[in-house]
Amino acid sequence: MKKQIVRFTLNGTPREFAVAANDLLLNVIREQEKLTGTKYGCGIGECGACTVHVDGRPVLSCLKLAVEAEGCEVVTIEGLAQGRELDPLQRSFLDNNAVQCGYCTPGMIMIGRTLLDETPNPTEEEVRSHMRGQLCRCTGYASIAKAVMGAGEYETKAFRMPAE
Amino acid sequence: MYMNTNTRILAPEFDFARPASLAEAFALLRKHGRGARLLAGGTDLLVQMKMERLSPELVVSLAGVKELDGITMGDGLTIGAGTTIQSVSRSPAVGARFAALREACNAFSTVSIMYMGTLGGNICNASPAADTAPALLVHDASVIIASAGSERRVPLAEFFAGPGKTVLKPGEIVTEVRLPAPAAGTGSAFRKISRVVADISQVCAAVSLVRDGARITGCRIALGSVAPTPVRVARAEAALTGAEGTADAFAKAAEIVAEDIRPISDVRASESYRRHVARTIVRDALQTAWQRAGEGATK
Repeated sequence: MKKQIVRFTLNGTPREFAVAANDLLLNVIREQEKLTGTKYGCGIGECGACTVHVDGRPVLSCLKLAVEAEGCEVVTIEGLAQGRELDPLQRSFLDNNAVQCGYCTPGMIMIGRTLLDETPNPTEEEVRSHMRGQLCRCTGYASIAKAVMGAGEYETKAFRMPAE
Repeated sequence: MYMNTNTRILAPEFDFARPASLAEAFALLRKHGRGARLLAGGTDLLVQMKMERLSPELVVSLAGVKELDGITMGDGLTIGAGTTIQSVSRSPAVGARFAALREACNAFSTVSIMYMGTLGGNICNASPAADTAPALLVHDASVIIASAGSERRVPLAEFFAGPGKTVLKPGEIVTEVRLPAPAAGTGSAFRKISRVVADISQVCAAVSLVRDGARITGCRIALGSVAPTPVRVARAEAALTGAEGTADAFAKAAEIVAEDIRPISDVRASESYRRHVARTIVRDALQTAWQRAGEGATK
Protein backbone atom coordinates (compact mmCIF):
# COMPACT_ATOMS: atom_id res chain seq x y z
CA MET A 1 0.00 0.00 0.00
CA LYS A 2 1.14 3.54 -0.85
CA LYS A 3 3.02 5.25 1.97
CA GLN A 4 2.72 8.85 2.99
CA ILE A 5 4.74 10.96 5.36
CA VAL A 6 3.17 11.88 8.69
CA ARG A 7 4.86 14.39 10.98
CA PHE A 8 4.16 14.68 14.68
CA THR A 9 5.98 15.31 17.93
CA LEU A 10 6.71 12.09 19.79
CA ASN A 11 7.76 12.48 23.42
CA GLY A 12 8.93 16.02 22.74
CA THR A 13 10.90 15.29 19.56
CA PRO A 14 9.56 16.20 16.10
CA ARG A 15 9.51 12.99 14.07
CA GLU A 16 8.37 11.87 10.67
CA PHE A 17 7.24 8.43 9.61
CA ALA A 18 6.37 6.82 6.30
CA VAL A 19 3.00 5.19 6.94
CA ALA A 20 0.14 3.61 5.02
CA ALA A 21 -3.36 4.99 5.53
CA ASN A 22 -4.33 1.86 7.46
CA ASP A 23 -1.33 1.92 9.83
CA LEU A 24 -2.44 2.38 13.42
CA LEU A 25 -0.71 4.88 15.70
CA LEU A 26 -0.07 1.99 18.12
CA ASN A 27 1.94 0.04 15.56
CA VAL A 28 3.95 3.04 14.38
CA ILE A 29 4.93 3.72 18.01
CA ARG A 30 5.77 0.09 18.74
CA GLU A 31 7.23 -1.15 15.46
CA GLN A 32 8.74 1.87 13.74
CA GLU A 33 9.87 3.79 16.82
CA LYS A 34 10.45 0.58 18.87
CA LEU A 35 8.76 2.13 21.90
CA THR A 36 7.17 -1.02 23.26
CA GLY A 37 5.82 0.42 26.51
CA THR A 38 2.47 1.07 24.85
CA LYS A 39 0.67 -2.27 24.67
CA TYR A 40 -1.71 -4.00 22.29
CA GLY A 41 -4.48 -5.54 24.38
CA CYS A 42 -7.93 -6.00 22.85
CA GLY A 43 -7.63 -3.83 19.73
CA ILE A 44 -11.25 -2.66 20.00
CA GLY A 45 -11.17 -0.02 22.71
CA GLU A 46 -12.21 -2.14 25.66
CA CYS A 47 -9.04 -2.58 27.71
CA GLY A 48 -7.05 0.68 27.69
CA ALA A 49 -3.61 -0.99 27.39
CA CYS A 50 -2.74 1.14 24.34
CA THR A 51 -3.55 4.52 25.96
CA VAL A 52 -1.26 7.41 24.96
CA HIS A 53 -1.69 11.19 25.15
CA VAL A 54 -2.43 13.13 21.97
CA ASP A 55 -2.37 16.89 22.55
CA GLY A 56 -2.72 16.19 26.27
CA ARG A 57 -5.82 14.01 25.94
CA PRO A 58 -6.04 10.26 26.49
CA VAL A 59 -6.31 8.38 23.20
CA LEU A 60 -6.57 4.67 22.43
CA SER A 61 -3.74 4.25 19.95
CA CYS A 62 -5.19 0.96 18.64
CA LEU A 63 -8.18 2.94 17.31
CA LYS A 64 -6.23 5.87 15.90
CA LEU A 65 -4.89 6.03 12.37
CA ALA A 66 -1.26 7.16 12.37
CA VAL A 67 -2.12 9.68 9.62
CA GLU A 68 -4.54 11.33 12.04
CA ALA A 69 -1.62 12.28 14.31
CA GLU A 70 -0.31 14.79 11.74
CA GLY A 71 0.78 17.94 13.58
CA CYS A 72 -0.09 16.54 17.02
CA GLU A 73 1.93 16.10 20.19
CA VAL A 74 2.02 12.43 21.09
CA VAL A 75 3.32 11.29 24.47
CA THR A 76 3.81 7.64 25.43
CA ILE A 77 4.76 6.07 28.75
CA GLU A 78 8.42 6.46 27.72
CA GLY A 79 7.94 10.22 27.53
CA LEU A 80 6.47 10.73 30.97
CA ALA A 81 9.70 10.76 32.96
CA GLN A 82 11.86 13.89 32.62
CA GLY A 83 15.20 12.32 31.75
CA ARG A 84 15.99 10.06 34.73
CA GLU A 85 13.37 11.85 36.84
CA LEU A 86 10.26 9.67 37.16
CA ASP A 87 6.78 11.12 36.99
CA PRO A 88 5.26 11.26 40.50
CA LEU A 89 2.64 8.71 39.43
CA GLN A 90 5.35 6.28 38.32
CA ARG A 91 7.03 6.71 41.70
CA SER A 92 3.74 6.10 43.46
CA PHE A 93 3.15 2.92 41.40
CA LEU A 94 6.56 1.62 42.55
CA ASP A 95 6.05 2.42 46.21
CA ASN A 96 2.50 1.02 46.26
CA ASN A 97 3.48 -2.19 44.48
CA ALA A 98 0.82 -1.39 41.91
CA VAL A 99 2.49 -3.51 39.24
CA GLN A 100 1.96 -7.23 38.92
CA CYS A 101 2.53 -8.64 35.44
CA GLY A 102 2.91 -5.06 34.20
CA TYR A 103 1.01 -5.34 30.94
CA CYS A 104 -1.73 -2.86 31.86
CA THR A 105 0.64 -0.54 33.75
CA PRO A 106 1.60 1.89 30.95
CA GLY A 107 -2.07 2.42 30.07
CA MET A 108 -3.00 2.76 33.74
CA ILE A 109 -0.33 5.41 34.27
CA MET A 110 -1.19 7.34 31.11
CA ILE A 111 -4.90 7.57 31.98
CA GLY A 112 -4.13 8.18 35.67
CA ARG A 113 -1.92 11.11 34.69
CA THR A 114 -4.85 12.79 32.89
CA LEU A 115 -6.94 12.51 36.06
CA LEU A 116 -4.19 13.93 38.30
CA ASP A 117 -3.61 16.87 35.96
CA GLU A 118 -7.15 18.05 36.76
CA THR A 119 -7.66 16.52 40.21
CA PRO A 120 -4.34 16.28 42.12
CA ASN A 121 -5.86 14.46 45.11
CA PRO A 122 -8.67 12.28 43.76
CA THR A 123 -10.97 10.11 45.86
CA GLU A 124 -11.09 6.37 45.25
CA GLU A 125 -14.46 6.82 43.54
CA GLU A 126 -13.00 9.43 41.17
CA VAL A 127 -10.05 7.16 40.41
CA ARG A 128 -12.22 4.12 39.70
CA SER A 129 -14.60 6.13 37.54
CA HIS A 130 -11.85 7.80 35.52
CA MET A 131 -10.00 4.51 35.05
CA ARG A 132 -13.05 2.37 34.28
CA GLY A 133 -11.74 1.72 30.80
CA GLN A 134 -8.48 0.10 31.97
CA LEU A 135 -8.48 -3.63 32.56
CA CYS A 136 -5.96 -5.44 34.77
CA ARG A 137 -6.02 -9.19 34.25
CA CYS A 138 -4.07 -9.68 37.46
CA THR A 139 -6.98 -7.81 39.13
CA GLY A 140 -4.58 -5.59 41.02
CA TYR A 141 -7.07 -2.76 41.12
CA ALA A 142 -6.82 -1.98 44.85
CA SER A 143 -3.09 -1.17 44.68
CA ILE A 144 -3.51 0.70 41.42
CA ALA A 145 -6.25 2.90 42.88
CA LYS A 146 -4.10 3.49 45.96
CA ALA A 147 -1.13 4.50 43.80
CA VAL A 148 -3.18 7.05 41.87
CA MET A 149 -4.77 8.45 45.03
CA GLY A 150 -1.36 8.74 46.67
CA ALA A 151 0.49 10.26 43.72
CA GLY A 152 -0.04 13.79 45.02
CA GLU A 153 2.51 13.13 47.76
CA TYR A 154 5.21 12.56 45.17
CA GLU A 155 4.60 15.83 43.33
CA THR A 156 7.07 17.57 45.61
CA LYS A 157 9.50 14.72 46.22
CA ALA A 158 12.05 14.17 43.49
CA PHE A 159 13.05 10.63 42.64
CA ARG A 160 15.78 9.60 40.29
CA MET A 161 16.13 6.27 38.66
CA PRO A 162 19.55 4.75 39.33
CA ALA A 163 22.03 5.58 36.57
CA GLU A 164 22.36 2.92 33.90
CA MET B 1 -16.31 -10.66 18.07
CA TYR B 2 -15.22 -13.07 15.38
CA MET B 3 -12.79 -15.71 16.60
CA ASN B 4 -10.25 -15.17 13.87
CA THR B 5 -10.19 -11.39 13.69
CA ASN B 6 -6.76 -9.89 14.24
CA THR B 7 -7.54 -6.59 15.90
CA ARG B 8 -3.87 -5.63 16.21
CA ILE B 9 -3.90 -4.34 12.65
CA LEU B 10 -6.38 -2.69 10.36
CA ALA B 11 -6.41 -5.05 7.41
CA PRO B 12 -8.60 -3.25 4.82
CA GLU B 13 -6.74 -0.84 2.54
CA PHE B 14 -8.18 2.57 1.79
CA ASP B 15 -7.28 6.12 0.88
CA PHE B 16 -7.34 8.80 3.54
CA ALA B 17 -8.45 12.40 3.19
CA ARG B 18 -8.61 15.20 5.70
CA PRO B 19 -10.71 18.02 4.26
CA ALA B 20 -10.34 21.44 5.90
CA SER B 21 -13.96 22.48 5.36
CA LEU B 22 -17.44 21.08 4.84
CA ALA B 23 -17.32 22.18 1.20
CA GLU B 24 -14.21 20.05 0.64
CA ALA B 25 -15.82 17.13 2.47
CA PHE B 26 -18.96 17.33 0.27
CA ALA B 27 -16.80 17.32 -2.86
CA LEU B 28 -15.03 14.15 -1.69
CA LEU B 29 -18.33 12.47 -0.83
CA ARG B 30 -19.78 13.38 -4.21
CA LYS B 31 -16.77 11.93 -6.02
CA HIS B 32 -16.64 8.66 -4.07
CA GLY B 33 -20.33 8.07 -3.34
CA ARG B 34 -20.97 4.99 -1.22
CA GLY B 35 -17.26 4.12 -1.28
CA ALA B 36 -16.51 6.92 1.19
CA ARG B 37 -16.99 6.77 4.96
CA LEU B 38 -16.77 9.66 7.39
CA LEU B 39 -14.34 9.32 10.30
CA ALA B 40 -14.98 11.26 13.51
CA GLY B 41 -13.68 9.74 16.77
CA GLY B 42 -13.08 6.39 15.09
CA THR B 43 -14.14 4.34 18.11
CA ASP B 44 -16.95 2.69 16.14
CA LEU B 45 -15.76 2.96 12.52
CA LEU B 46 -12.29 1.49 13.11
CA VAL B 47 -13.71 -1.41 15.12
CA GLN B 48 -16.13 -2.20 12.29
CA MET B 49 -13.30 -1.97 9.77
CA LYS B 50 -11.14 -4.28 11.88
CA MET B 51 -14.03 -6.76 11.87
CA GLU B 52 -14.18 -6.28 8.09
CA ARG B 53 -17.85 -5.41 8.29
CA LEU B 54 -16.96 -2.22 6.43
CA SER B 55 -14.23 -1.64 3.89
CA PRO B 56 -14.50 1.85 2.45
CA GLU B 57 -12.34 2.96 -0.50
CA LEU B 58 -11.89 6.34 1.12
CA VAL B 59 -11.90 7.38 4.77
CA VAL B 60 -12.72 11.06 5.18
CA SER B 61 -11.52 12.44 8.52
CA LEU B 62 -13.65 15.28 9.85
CA ALA B 63 -10.99 16.37 12.36
CA GLY B 64 -10.00 19.33 10.18
CA VAL B 65 -13.56 20.59 9.72
CA LYS B 66 -13.58 23.11 12.56
CA GLU B 67 -17.12 24.31 11.84
CA LEU B 68 -18.42 20.99 13.24
CA ASP B 69 -16.95 21.58 16.70
CA GLY B 70 -18.52 23.53 19.51
CA ILE B 71 -21.61 24.34 21.52
CA THR B 72 -23.57 27.53 20.93
CA MET B 73 -26.27 28.78 23.21
CA GLY B 74 -29.19 30.65 21.77
CA ASP B 75 -32.77 30.21 22.79
CA GLY B 76 -32.02 26.49 22.90
CA LEU B 77 -28.69 24.82 22.27
CA THR B 78 -26.80 23.95 19.10
CA ILE B 79 -24.15 21.26 19.44
CA GLY B 80 -21.76 20.75 16.52
CA ALA B 81 -21.74 17.12 15.40
CA GLY B 82 -17.98 16.95 15.90
CA THR B 83 -18.14 18.00 19.56
CA THR B 84 -16.67 15.28 21.76
CA ILE B 85 -18.76 13.50 24.36
CA GLN B 86 -16.30 14.84 26.94
CA SER B 87 -16.95 18.44 25.87
CA VAL B 88 -20.71 17.89 25.99
CA SER B 89 -20.46 16.35 29.46
CA ARG B 90 -18.45 19.32 30.76
CA SER B 91 -20.48 22.07 29.11
CA PRO B 92 -22.19 24.34 31.68
CA ALA B 93 -24.80 25.15 29.02
CA VAL B 94 -25.71 21.46 28.81
CA GLY B 95 -25.54 20.86 32.55
CA ALA B 96 -27.85 23.74 33.41
CA ARG B 97 -30.85 22.76 31.32
CA PHE B 98 -30.27 19.31 29.81
CA ALA B 99 -29.57 17.01 32.75
CA ALA B 100 -30.43 13.79 30.88
CA LEU B 101 -27.86 14.55 28.17
CA ARG B 102 -25.23 15.46 30.77
CA GLU B 103 -25.86 12.20 32.64
CA ALA B 104 -25.80 10.15 29.43
CA CYS B 105 -22.45 11.67 28.48
CA ASN B 106 -21.03 11.12 31.96
CA ALA B 107 -22.10 7.47 31.86
CA PHE B 108 -20.59 7.03 28.41
CA SER B 109 -18.29 4.04 27.99
CA THR B 110 -14.78 5.01 29.12
CA VAL B 111 -12.92 8.28 29.62
CA SER B 112 -10.67 7.80 26.57
CA ILE B 113 -13.70 7.08 24.42
CA MET B 114 -15.44 10.18 25.82
CA TYR B 115 -12.44 12.22 24.65
CA MET B 116 -12.33 10.54 21.24
CA GLY B 117 -16.02 9.98 20.41
CA THR B 118 -18.32 12.70 19.13
CA LEU B 119 -22.01 13.38 19.59
CA GLY B 120 -22.59 13.21 15.83
CA GLY B 121 -20.68 9.94 15.62
CA ASN B 122 -22.70 8.40 18.42
CA ILE B 123 -26.01 9.04 16.68
CA CYS B 124 -24.82 8.37 13.10
CA ASN B 125 -23.47 4.98 14.17
CA ALA B 126 -27.13 4.32 14.99
CA SER B 127 -26.56 1.69 17.63
CA PRO B 128 -29.85 0.81 19.36
CA ALA B 129 -27.76 1.10 22.56
CA ALA B 130 -26.31 4.59 21.89
CA ASP B 131 -26.32 6.32 25.28
CA THR B 132 -26.92 9.82 24.01
CA ALA B 133 -29.91 8.87 21.84
CA PRO B 134 -32.61 8.46 24.54
CA ALA B 135 -31.39 11.65 26.23
CA LEU B 136 -31.52 13.60 22.98
CA LEU B 137 -34.99 12.18 22.27
CA VAL B 138 -36.40 13.44 25.56
CA HIS B 139 -34.79 16.83 24.92
CA ASP B 140 -36.73 16.87 21.61
CA ALA B 141 -33.54 17.10 19.53
CA SER B 142 -33.37 17.55 15.78
CA VAL B 143 -30.37 16.94 13.57
CA ILE B 144 -29.25 19.25 10.81
CA ILE B 145 -28.24 17.24 7.76
CA ALA B 146 -26.26 19.09 5.13
CA SER B 147 -25.13 18.20 1.64
CA ALA B 148 -23.54 20.28 -1.11
CA GLY B 149 -25.94 23.18 -1.55
CA SER B 150 -28.78 22.04 0.71
CA GLU B 151 -29.71 21.48 4.31
CA ARG B 152 -32.57 19.71 6.02
CA ARG B 153 -33.70 19.39 9.59
CA VAL B 154 -34.88 15.99 10.80
CA PRO B 155 -36.36 15.30 14.25
CA LEU B 156 -34.12 12.72 15.93
CA ALA B 157 -37.17 10.48 16.37
CA GLU B 158 -37.29 10.13 12.56
CA PHE B 159 -33.52 9.80 12.09
CA PHE B 160 -32.96 6.16 13.03
CA ALA B 161 -34.01 3.52 10.50
CA GLY B 162 -32.74 0.32 12.15
CA PRO B 163 -29.62 -1.07 13.83
CA GLY B 164 -26.72 0.81 12.20
CA LYS B 165 -29.11 2.53 9.79
CA THR B 166 -30.22 6.14 9.51
CA VAL B 167 -32.07 8.27 6.97
CA LEU B 168 -28.74 9.78 5.83
CA LYS B 169 -28.26 9.62 2.06
CA PRO B 170 -24.92 9.38 0.27
CA GLY B 171 -23.26 12.79 0.22
CA GLU B 172 -24.93 13.98 3.41
CA ILE B 173 -23.27 14.95 6.69
CA VAL B 174 -24.89 15.54 10.06
CA THR B 175 -23.54 18.94 11.03
CA GLU B 176 -25.47 19.90 14.15
CA VAL B 177 -27.73 18.63 16.87
CA ARG B 178 -30.27 21.20 18.01
CA LEU B 179 -32.08 21.18 21.33
CA PRO B 180 -34.99 23.56 21.82
CA ALA B 181 -35.18 25.52 25.08
CA PRO B 182 -37.02 23.37 27.64
CA ALA B 183 -40.39 24.66 28.90
CA ALA B 184 -40.35 26.33 32.33
CA GLY B 185 -40.59 23.67 35.06
CA THR B 186 -38.85 20.93 33.09
CA GLY B 187 -36.75 18.25 34.79
CA SER B 188 -34.95 15.37 33.11
CA ALA B 189 -32.84 12.35 34.01
CA PHE B 190 -30.94 9.44 32.44
CA ARG B 191 -30.30 5.96 33.84
CA LYS B 192 -28.31 3.06 32.46
CA ILE B 193 -27.75 -0.53 33.45
CA SER B 194 -24.74 -2.39 32.15
CA ARG B 195 -22.75 -5.40 33.35
CA VAL B 196 -19.79 -3.24 34.31
CA VAL B 197 -19.85 0.54 34.07
CA ALA B 198 -17.75 0.76 30.90
CA ASP B 199 -19.97 -1.71 29.05
CA ILE B 200 -22.59 -1.10 26.40
CA SER B 201 -25.95 -0.70 28.13
CA GLN B 202 -28.27 -3.63 28.71
CA VAL B 203 -30.98 -1.01 28.97
CA CYS B 204 -30.76 2.77 29.13
CA ALA B 205 -33.57 5.24 29.62
CA ALA B 206 -34.12 8.98 29.67
CA VAL B 207 -37.16 10.92 30.78
CA SER B 208 -38.24 14.52 30.89
CA LEU B 209 -41.21 15.95 32.76
CA VAL B 210 -42.77 19.39 32.74
CA ARG B 211 -44.14 20.17 36.16
CA ASP B 212 -46.86 22.62 37.08
CA GLY B 213 -47.33 22.37 40.84
CA ALA B 214 -48.48 18.81 41.55
CA ARG B 215 -49.37 18.08 37.93
CA ILE B 216 -47.40 16.82 34.97
CA THR B 217 -48.07 18.94 31.91
CA GLY B 218 -45.58 17.35 29.55
CA CYS B 219 -43.69 14.07 29.44
CA ARG B 220 -41.17 12.26 27.24
CA ILE B 221 -39.78 8.79 27.89
CA ALA B 222 -37.16 7.17 25.66
CA LEU B 223 -35.12 3.98 25.92
CA GLY B 224 -32.12 2.35 24.31
CA SER B 225 -31.21 -1.34 23.86
CA VAL B 226 -34.87 -2.41 23.89
CA ALA B 227 -35.80 -2.23 20.18
CA PRO B 228 -34.09 -2.04 16.76
CA THR B 229 -33.69 1.72 17.28
CA PRO B 230 -33.79 4.03 20.30
CA VAL B 231 -37.52 4.48 20.99
CA ARG B 232 -40.03 6.68 22.76
CA VAL B 233 -42.90 5.04 24.61
CA ALA B 234 -45.98 7.03 23.60
CA ARG B 235 -48.52 5.16 25.76
CA ALA B 236 -46.52 5.75 28.94
CA GLU B 237 -46.03 9.42 28.04
CA ALA B 238 -49.78 9.82 27.49
CA ALA B 239 -50.55 8.11 30.79
CA LEU B 240 -48.49 10.67 32.70
CA THR B 241 -49.44 13.81 30.80
CA GLY B 242 -52.09 15.60 32.85
CA ALA B 243 -51.66 13.24 35.81
CA GLU B 244 -50.39 14.13 39.25
CA GLY B 245 -46.70 13.41 39.83
CA THR B 246 -47.05 10.63 42.40
CA ALA B 247 -44.98 7.52 43.06
CA ASP B 248 -48.01 5.49 42.01
CA ALA B 249 -48.33 7.31 38.65
CA PHE B 250 -44.61 6.81 37.98
CA ALA B 251 -44.84 3.09 38.81
CA LYS B 252 -47.81 2.68 36.45
CA ALA B 253 -46.02 4.47 33.63
CA ALA B 254 -42.95 2.29 34.19
CA GLU B 255 -45.19 -0.77 33.97
CA ILE B 256 -46.48 0.40 30.58
CA VAL B 257 -42.88 0.88 29.43
CA ALA B 258 -42.03 -2.70 30.42
CA GLU B 259 -45.03 -3.95 28.42
CA ASP B 260 -44.57 -1.81 25.31
CA ILE B 261 -40.85 -2.18 24.62
CA ARG B 262 -39.64 -4.94 22.29
CA PRO B 263 -36.32 -6.13 23.72
CA ILE B 264 -34.48 -9.21 22.48
CA SER B 265 -32.34 -11.74 24.33
CA ASP B 266 -28.70 -11.48 23.32
CA VAL B 267 -25.20 -11.82 24.79
CA ARG B 268 -25.74 -8.82 27.04
CA ALA B 269 -29.11 -9.60 28.61
CA SER B 270 -32.29 -11.63 28.27
CA GLU B 271 -35.58 -10.17 27.15
CA SER B 272 -37.20 -10.65 30.54
CA TYR B 273 -34.27 -9.07 32.37
CA ARG B 274 -34.45 -6.07 30.06
CA ARG B 275 -38.18 -5.61 30.72
CA HIS B 276 -37.60 -5.89 34.47
CA VAL B 277 -34.73 -3.43 34.47
CA ALA B 278 -36.51 -1.01 32.14
CA ARG B 279 -39.38 -0.81 34.62
CA THR B 280 -37.02 -0.05 37.50
CA ILE B 281 -34.82 2.55 35.82
CA VAL B 282 -37.74 4.39 34.21
CA ARG B 283 -39.46 4.65 37.59
CA ASP B 284 -36.25 5.93 39.22
CA ALA B 285 -35.59 8.39 36.40
CA LEU B 286 -39.15 9.73 36.62
CA GLN B 287 -38.74 10.35 40.37
CA THR B 288 -35.44 12.16 39.80
CA ALA B 289 -36.78 14.25 36.92
CA TRP B 290 -39.84 15.17 38.99
CA GLN B 291 -37.66 16.38 41.87
CA ARG B 292 -35.48 18.35 39.50
CA ALA B 293 -38.54 19.90 37.88
CA GLY B 294 -39.67 20.99 41.33
CA GLU B 295 -36.40 22.68 42.20
CA GLY B 296 -37.58 25.88 40.58
CA ALA B 297 -35.00 26.47 37.92
CA THR B 298 -35.27 24.44 34.74
CA LYS B 299 -32.89 21.50 34.91
